[in-house]
Amino acid sequence: MNALPCTIYVSFTGALLALVAGSRSAALARAVALVTAVTALALTLVAASHFVPAPGLQTLVDRPWVDSLGVHYHLAVDGISLTLLVLTGIAATAGVLFSWNVQERTGEFFALFLALIGGVYGVFLSADAFVFFVFYEIAIVPKYFLVARWGSTNREYGAMKLVLYSFAGSALVLAGLLWAYVAGGGQSFALGDLAAAAVHFPRIEQLGMFALVFLGFAVLAGLFPFHTWAPTGHVAAPTAASMLLAGVVMKLGAYGCLRIALPLFPVGFAFWQPAIGWLAVAGIVYAGAIALVQDDFKFVIGYSSVSHMGFVLLGLAAANVRAVSGAVLQMFSHGIIAGLLFAVVGRMVYDRTHTRKLADLRTMALYRRLPFAAGSFVVAGLASMGLPGFSGFPAEFAILIGTWKTSPLWAAIAALGVLVAAAFTLRVIQVSFFGTAPAKPGAPELAPLPPITRAERAGALLLIATTVLIGLKPDLLLNWIIPSLQSPLFQTVLKGGTP
Amino acid sequence: MNLPLLSLLVFTPWLGAGLLALLRDARPAAVRALALGFSLSTLVLGGAALARFDPAAPGFQLVERHPWIGALNIHYHLGLDGLSLLLVLLTGLIAPAGLLAAWRDARAPRLFGALFLVLQGSALGVFLALDFFHWFLFWELSLVPVFFLIKLWGGEAAGRAAYRFVIYTLGGSAFLLLGFAAVFAATGSLDFGQLAALAADGTLTARLAHLGGFWPQVVFVGVLLGVAVKVPLYPFHTWLPPAYAEAPTGVSMFLTGVMSKMGVYAFLRILWPIFPAPLHAAAPCLLVLALAGVVLGAFAAMRQTDLKRMVAYSSVNHVSYCLLALFAVSAASGPGGPAAGAASAALGGALLQLFNHGLSAAALFCCVGVLEARSGGRRDLDDFGGVRTAAPVFAGLCGIAMFSSLGLPGLNGFVGEFFIFRGVFGLVPWVAAVACLGLFATAFFLLTFWQRVFHGPRAGAALGDWPDLQGVEFAPLVPLATLMLVLGVLPQLLTGLFNPLVARWAAALVLP
Amino acid sequence: MTPLTHALAGEAALVAGVLAVLGFDLTRARHWSNGARWRAATALGLAAVLVALTLVLSVGAAGPAAAGSFLLDGLGTASRVGILVLAGLALLLAGGTARLRHPAEFVAILLLATTGFLVMAVAQQLLLAFLALELASLSLYVLAGFDRTRPESAEAALKYFLLGGLSAAFLLFGFSLLYGLTGAIGFAGIAEGLARPGLTPLLAVALVMVLVAFGFKVAAAPFHLWAPDVYQGAPPVAAALVASASKLAGFTLLVRLLWPGLGAAAAGPGLPGWLPVVALISAASLLLGNLGALAQANLRRLLAYSAIAHTGALLLGVMAAGVAGPAPLLYYAATYGLATVGAFGVVAVLDGAGVGPRIEDLAGLHRRSPLLAGCLFVFVLSLAGIPPLAGFVGKFLVFAAALRLGGLHSPAGILAFAAIFLSAVALYYYLGVLKAALVSAAPSDRETRISVPGSSAVALVMAAVLLVLLGLFPSVLLGLFS
Repeated sequence: MNALPCTIYVSFTGALLALVAGSRSAALARAVALVTAVTALALTLVAASHFVPAPGLQTLVDRPWVDSLGVHYHLAVDGISLTLLVLTGIAATAGVLFSWNVQERTGEFFALFLALIGGVYGVFLSADAFVFFVFYEIAIVPKYFLVARWGSTNREYGAMKLVLYSFAGSALVLAGLLWAYVAGGGQSFALGDLAAAAVHFPRIEQLGMFALVFLGFAVLAGLFPFHTWAPTGHVAAPTAASMLLAGVVMKLGAYGCLRIALPLFPVGFAFWQPAIGWLAVAGIVYAGAIALVQDDFKFVIGYSSVSHMGFVLLGLAAANVRAVSGAVLQMFSHGIIAGLLFAVVGRMVYDRTHTRKLADLRTMALYRRLPFAAGSFVVAGLASMGLPGFSGFPAEFAILIGTWKTSPLWAAIAALGVLVAAAFTLRVIQVSFFGTAPAKPGAPELAPLPPITRAERAGALLLIATTVLIGLKPDLLLNWIIPSLQSPLFQTVLKGGTP
Repeated sequence: MNLPLLSLLVFTPWLGAGLLALLRDARPAAVRALALGFSLSTLVLGGAALARFDPAAPGFQLVERHPWIGALNIHYHLGLDGLSLLLVLLTGLIAPAGLLAAWRDARAPRLFGALFLVLQGSALGVFLALDFFHWFLFWELSLVPVFFLIKLWGGEAAGRAAYRFVIYTLGGSAFLLLGFAAVFAATGSLDFGQLAALAADGTLTARLAHLGGFWPQVVFVGVLLGVAVKVPLYPFHTWLPPAYAEAPTGVSMFLTGVMSKMGVYAFLRILWPIFPAPLHAAAPCLLVLALAGVVLGAFAAMRQTDLKRMVAYSSVNHVSYCLLALFAVSAASGPGGPAAGAASAALGGALLQLFNHGLSAAALFCCVGVLEARSGGRRDLDDFGGVRTAAPVFAGLCGIAMFSSLGLPGLNGFVGEFFIFRGVFGLVPWVAAVACLGLFATAFFLLTFWQRVFHGPRAGAALGDWPDLQGVEFAPLVPLATLMLVLGVLPQLLTGLFNPLVARWAAALVLP
Repeated sequence: MTPLTHALAGEAALVAGVLAVLGFDLTRARHWSNGARWRAATALGLAAVLVALTLVLSVGAAGPAAAGSFLLDGLGTASRVGILVLAGLALLLAGGTARLRHPAEFVAILLLATTGFLVMAVAQQLLLAFLALELASLSLYVLAGFDRTRPESAEAALKYFLLGGLSAAFLLFGFSLLYGLTGAIGFAGIAEGLARPGLTPLLAVALVMVLVAFGFKVAAAPFHLWAPDVYQGAPPVAAALVASASKLAGFTLLVRLLWPGLGAAAAGPGLPGWLPVVALISAASLLLGNLGALAQANLRRLLAYSAIAHTGALLLGVMAAGVAGPAPLLYYAATYGLATVGAFGVVAVLDGAGVGPRIEDLAGLHRRSPLLAGCLFVFVLSLAGIPPLAGFVGKFLVFAAALRLGGLHSPAGILAFAAIFLSAVALYYYLGVLKAALVSAAPSDRETRISVPGSSAVALVMAAVLLVLLGLFPSVLLGLFS
């Protein structure tokens, strides 16, 4: 268990090593990156095997850092963070495997990738608001360079939009956190201390603080209508970056809402809860509807990410143990599924066909030329639709159950969202891989496509196995998550447990 | 022996599918034989289950129940009663028949076989699962192979038909999911048995009432929509004719033989036990819809010239009879209860009809498939004439199927329809009267089919080379026809399986 | 009471260094090449700085000196150490750009400026403060105009001199008014004198004048007009000094003057005190600096406007220094100085290699000189306030201190809030610089490698490493400043 902080250090060290290795050979850089990612994953899995679920955070490291601010370098873990740490490990490994073909400035690519991963590990392990914020911001800059340098459509614009939205969100969080910190006497950034102090603030201040902090995090989580950075950014990003962005980085925002905004300001949350719920369901349905009419393959997936994150936010808004546990499970599940979707679209298809327009893909009959990709995409699509047997189903089911208890109307609209998701996913599967339209006259004959490499197969199988495993045995994660939600900090903001 | 027989039933076809996926370089003949072998396993295992089944014992038999997902109080729960056994045996018959009907199709037999086996396993799972989680898993999972089977091996408009079919069903499923989420939120259980018990003593209604407003009705309507689309209940049937028509023969046989029964099964296993009072309240309206399905389905079939569409609409008509019986029983239940005799007649007839229609409709599709294969793809009513002269054996077998579908006494189709009408007439007489229109229309179009295609001078595609049934083409038709004859004369072979069950149902109709 | 010689030992060492440099150049190095003379001069200058550093550290926080004219406390020592480090880095960078003539004079004047800064950091008396300020300023004017091959340099020096002279006049006038009102020139005496209630109009005038003068000195809006031209026209090393050490010393002096010197007049009954004025200047600087930088295509002018924006944030720290102490403000100033010296160092090297002054001329830097690109990456991100660099901690400290004044809904809180937001705007133009340097491909006619002179490389790497270390372990520096 105490090896968990090493995931952070291993990632950053790996980043530096990859940078150095890249100046010698691309293959060396790749090897370094893979070893780093797998090591970090192994560390999380080992910690998971020893983990004893209990309410409250289990401290790993706690040392004074900046005395004059009362900041401690405090790392801790509970079931929720552990779930997300495992997700990061899997997504990172898959991301490295799917980036095996990056040729330009490979060392720098993997250095930035691993630095991003290190920052993400840090966020999930932080138990002190300052440390949380530091890691959260560390994760912002590598995103810019990954997208701006190695991305595709509209990459510089997409990168800038992505980063500015993230930074603006974190600015809001900073304002809210500082306000709470100062109002509480300015002695400590520990989450428990901030929560204890916040109880005594005047109500209007608590409402304001919650609004700032939640909104700041929710922007990164893709809350409607602040989600517009997500489709543009994800489409612009190179494959591994979009896998991480949609799969893991959006979860940072949701995690921040859950770990910081909700427990620190329960009064504020109770006030803003209806608004959050309505925005969440609006996002689910709106993003799904937009996905239905997209012509670019990757945009469909980008909007579907926003729709799925809407489910996460709905689960948080429903504010009971069932719904929130579903939300955390959905964070994990969507991380894996989005990774698989972007991997197929970006790496398996786009790198070979050089087009993402559905109108072009429907003439290519890709299911015959790339059967493994077709199969993987079908699996990913089914999982994304929330088909039972894959991890999305228990997550969405739990969220629906929990939402019923809070607001049946939200649950009904969310079910509509499930239907819309089925529609657009099925459409894109059909058109992209199984299209049998004749090619436009005069279009060049497509050269034989390069076969799917071993690295791609390994990455796809890793993700598919994970989603099937959790789909059939979600207990593996729920047994970590649900006890964590029994901690006093969460119980003040969540109402009710199992009926 | 303490083998988990039911789990074996469900997963053996999947095992076969997995095996087929791995055998990349096998010869087509071996692949087809392997698929057929695994498909027949259902019949074998179903036979073993039949041997160990005691119809008179109440409750479920051969039960397997293990804790699965503790956090959601979900158990891996499989069980068998008369209804499920009936449908398992039906699947065991129809699935191999479908594979045999597709024997000559040269395209990608490995993938076809694998998808078909996955479909078969999923259908068995639906009939045997007794906890919502894996029941729903099998229910939804069955759509995936069907989509690809229709799209990749079907006719020209197959893509759109498949898409429409899946979207309709998934749409219904979304509401089904919503409804069950509410049920779980209210009761903490997803086990069908437990939920039925809670419904019987009124606890479920009370708990759902906590939702306030019109939400309890929404829950019921959600579950209703989910299962209604599958049957299909009018007006949610518009996906069916294109899907059945565009699908390849073997798949159409399975769709009509087994998949439509999944919907009726869901009504009987889920909707009726868990929501008896709302169903009773909605029954008059639903009766009208079922009646519309019966009458309008038959009349629509009359107007078709595409033979496959004709049989498809006829399926709507025949399956709606089952629903008609159920809704009539539910409508008439209440304080004091309906006449138990009429109710048990109606329900027994419905179950018989499930099995018999499965046989006869599958056989009909098989016949149309042969016609289509002989004529090089044409299957219009006007494309044939005097087939009886050219292929008398084929005409004979086809005739048996047709007259069974028509409900000729002496063939199996008669018994079910007779009991349904008898029961419904005893419960809601005017419905039975109107439903007779459906009978007349069915007779009309089936006789038209018989006369135009098989009788008269040889015409259309039947001119020229028209060999009689050869080799493997006998394989699906002969067993089905034999069963139709035998069950027509000895229906007690089937009724013996479920009569005690039906009697218990009829006795428990007094609502709380 | 520490003897004067002890207290000013560091300054004495620097003056000795001035003489040594000039002397050496006039005698031994008379016929050496320009490059050799540069190297000799900077070596001697560095030696002087190192000696001064040792002396300052050994004297430490010895308490008041020369009848209260100087105060050698922890703050003063830390500030002087920071100034010397920054000056040392500037000297290292100067050694690398051996382009200008009269190297010894350059180094000598740089050392004189540093002397002035050092005295500013410990002055406790109006006249001394003014003298030190003038010494430093005059030196800086000369340094700004040192490049006689470019007319921009002369223009920069002239503008700087004219506006600087004007501000000196304001300052002197304000100081004399203060003396007249309180009868004391020591800060303690002034504090006592102002303790009597009542904010007379004359006092208000005095305060405004003092603030205007300091505002000019630290390039706060609306007294910032000299900054873009000076940063653009002056030789890069001079600009580096102007941006870094000058700010650090200036803010140290300002903080000593305002708290506790003029503390009583911060916010008084009747006429408003100086606190709202500082708030206004801070707001104006933040807005003007950030929005102005958005429009810049020239790298140096962008750095100038960003300096104005940072001044705005620093003024927030000034406002908060009464409650939270001077540590946040000076930490921020010191680390900002490091990052700026580094940024200008990169500019200096590029200037020496003939790379143009526009941002888009940076294209392909990652290929032409990975060292410069990497160091620029660190410096720009520290300016943008990205963790784990020191710039982030500085910003955080200042904002936390500002919010302590009265929560989010006090003027300081609203300013802090606005500053947090404007830092998102700032990220946009900082990323624009990094995009050009690290992402854009070089145009094909400019793909040669840039060689970085040894001493410049040392300076840049040292600055970058310091920024990272101070970001990871801020307590070290914070402890020194409190």
